[in-house]
Amino acid sequence: MYQYALQDQRIVDQRVAQFRDQTCRYLEGKITEQQFLPLRLQNGLYVQRLAPMLRIAIPYGMLSSRQLRKLAEISRNYDKGYTHVSTRQNMQINWPALEDVPDILEELASVQMHAIQTSGNCIRNTTTDPYAGVAADELEDPRPWCEIIRQWSTLHPEFAFLPRKFKIAVCGSESDRAAIHSHDIGLELIKHPQDGRIGFKVLAGGGLGRTPVIGSVICEWLEKRHLLSYLESIMRVYNQHGRRDNKYKARIKILVKAMGVDAFRQQVEAEWARLKDGPTTLTEEEVEGYTRYFTAPDYQNLDAGLAERQLDEQCAADSSFDNWVQRNTRPHRVPGYRIVNLSLKATGYAPGDINDHQMDSLANLASQYSFGEIRTTHEQNLVLADVQQRDLLPLWQALKPLGLATPNIGYLSDLICCPGGDYCSLANAKSIPVAEAIQARFAELDYLYDLGPLDLNISGCMNACGHHHIGHIGVLGVDKKGEEFYQVSIGGNQGKDASIGKILGPSFKQDDMPEIIEKILKTYLGLRLEEETFLDTCRRTGLEPFKQNVYA
Amino acid sequence: MRVKLIRDGRVVEDDWDGPLLSLEKLNAGVSGDGLGLVLQPGESPQQIGVELSRLSLVAIHFPVLTDGRGFSYARELRERGFRGEIRATGEFTRDQLFYLKRCGFNAFQLADESQLEESLANLEDFSEVYQASIEQPEPLFRRR
Repeated sequence: MYQYALQDQRIVDQRVAQFRDQTCRYLEGKITEQQFLPLRLQNGLYVQRLAPMLRIAIPYGMLSSRQLRKLAEISRNYDKGYTHVSTRQNMQINWPALEDVPDILEELASVQMHAIQTSGNCIRNTTTDPYAGVAADELEDPRPWCEIIRQWSTLHPEFAFLPRKFKIAVCGSESDRAAIHSHDIGLELIKHPQDGRIGFKVLAGGGLGRTPVIGSVICEWLEKRHLLSYLESIMRVYNQHGRRDNKYKARIKILVKAMGVDAFRQQVEAEWARLKDGPTTLTEEEVEGYTRYFTAPDYQNLDAGLAERQLDEQCAADSSFDNWVQRNTRPHRVPGYRIVNLSLKATGYAPGDINDHQMDSLANLASQYSFGEIRTTHEQNLVLADVQQRDLLPLWQALKPLGLATPNIGYLSDLICCPGGDYCSLANAKSIPVAEAIQARFAELDYLYDLGPLDLNISGCMNACGHHHIGHIGVLGVDKKGEEFYQVSIGGNQGKDASIGKILGPSFKQDDMPEIIEKILKTYLGLRLEEETFLDTCRRTGLEPFKQNVYA
Repeated sequence: MRVKLIRDGRVVEDDWDGPLLSLEKLNAGVSGDGLGLVLQPGESPQQIGVELSRLSLVAIHFPVLTDGRGFSYARELRERGFRGEIRATGEFTRDQLFYLKRCGFNAFQLADESQLEESLANLEDFSEVYQASIEQPEPLFRRR
């Protein structure tokens, strides 16, 4: 993974000093609330319902064991001993004291971490595929590009006061595991249709929130070396023309819609005509310099057949291990290795939360079994990307008592859920209790497996941090005259064939939610043909049969 | 009493005696050189209807500190070869000076004059930067 050079370290250290001075002046009353707001936000600090919340950047989801140990230590010393994995691969602590934040940032900087631009109207953390570099269906590792974008966007002087927040995601594989269609900019590494050279397809104007939009293609194929000048051109059009009079209409998706994709593209191309071939043009050597940080780790040359036979024997001897291997691990491109997903969706725990003991233990397991690296996913889980097949059994045995071996990856109870009204001051409704009630109702694993892959996404408000629009089933908390209700949509999807879910009808009370979900699932089971997934069935039948059963 | 401001890294008295024309007035037709212009948000340098070399001072106004359009305007003016003074006016704060400078501003008329001296330090908040910008045309990846 990327290692800081002196210059990178200097930048984060100076950022800490800058924010320490700003916090000091704020506490002395020399900076107004309004002036301090963008400063603290761009250092990840929200003021929430009960306490401040600090969002720590996990660039494109990559963490070292050392960094995870530091997060455990910070959560113990400055917070309540747990952190939360966000839907943009970052990690949040919910109870820091404002005065402590500069010290926390200094602790983070000591392990090459920061909270820069994890909030505010600026370019946020770039996200990507948690299986980057190891996925069998990968065309090119997106992480060097994410790091190039991270450096370009970090403290970019021109784009720190945009009309609204700005999110970029990169996908380098056949399946999109980074939800690039619902980002302000989505980048997809693809082959040129004629000569096969790899470049970027550039999408813009995707987004969730109040007005969900699937991104539009604004460049079919962009030469890699022009990536930064092209991004800069998009940013410049957005910075100058994005709406600033209404925060609900300020995202780039509204600008692209208002101008029309073609007119927007023309503006970008006009900017680009001046910026192209400028100093940000990347050379092959420079890209190579970044790529070197993401080369394959020191894999052993393993006898794949032997590893397979041994694993089969172990699985045959223990059905519960067998089940975990089936549900939570994925094929690796190197023979004898597997990708291991760790579910943070055990029933009874807030989705995406992990405590300090789990973090410390996991850091050790990662060092022992997966080259000392851990990844966060936008589904709020964790990944050990490089585990030898013969280590799966001892790893599983170690994960079980930690509560990190719930075999539900990709199934209903592996739901995405924002912190909601329990923590967030923006929320209209609680989301965690709804998630827990649904998880408790559908705890029977065989039933979940029979349902097949199912994304259930819950957001506590329109801002859609729980990505409800792109869940196969989406749940949105709404406020009706002071009471919390939940609106349900179905048919959303996050892949390359992304779609926005359609709302079933009038919203429901919190207590009724497990029942409603059950009716939807029963409808699906009654309608599905052979191997049809929930999404396939929705797409085939449309809303009507679901509506009829739910509102019967 | 003349207004004080930061120019080229020093606190000085404002010695600009001429008018600061609105974009509309400028484009309506003005004679001579050494002109002063003030740009409001929404008035891109692309709309300037005279040769940039006829301007000596372009003030870019920030009605609120969160309206970042002026950052792009300054950068664009410099990219188009403008070499005169670019001055920030309005509600920006000392915590934005570093970014403003990097976008090509060289003069800063802070709303609160009493902060000018201590704000000089903010021009040097960072000694290293990643991006190419007006004052550092080479990105860090080329200088490593």
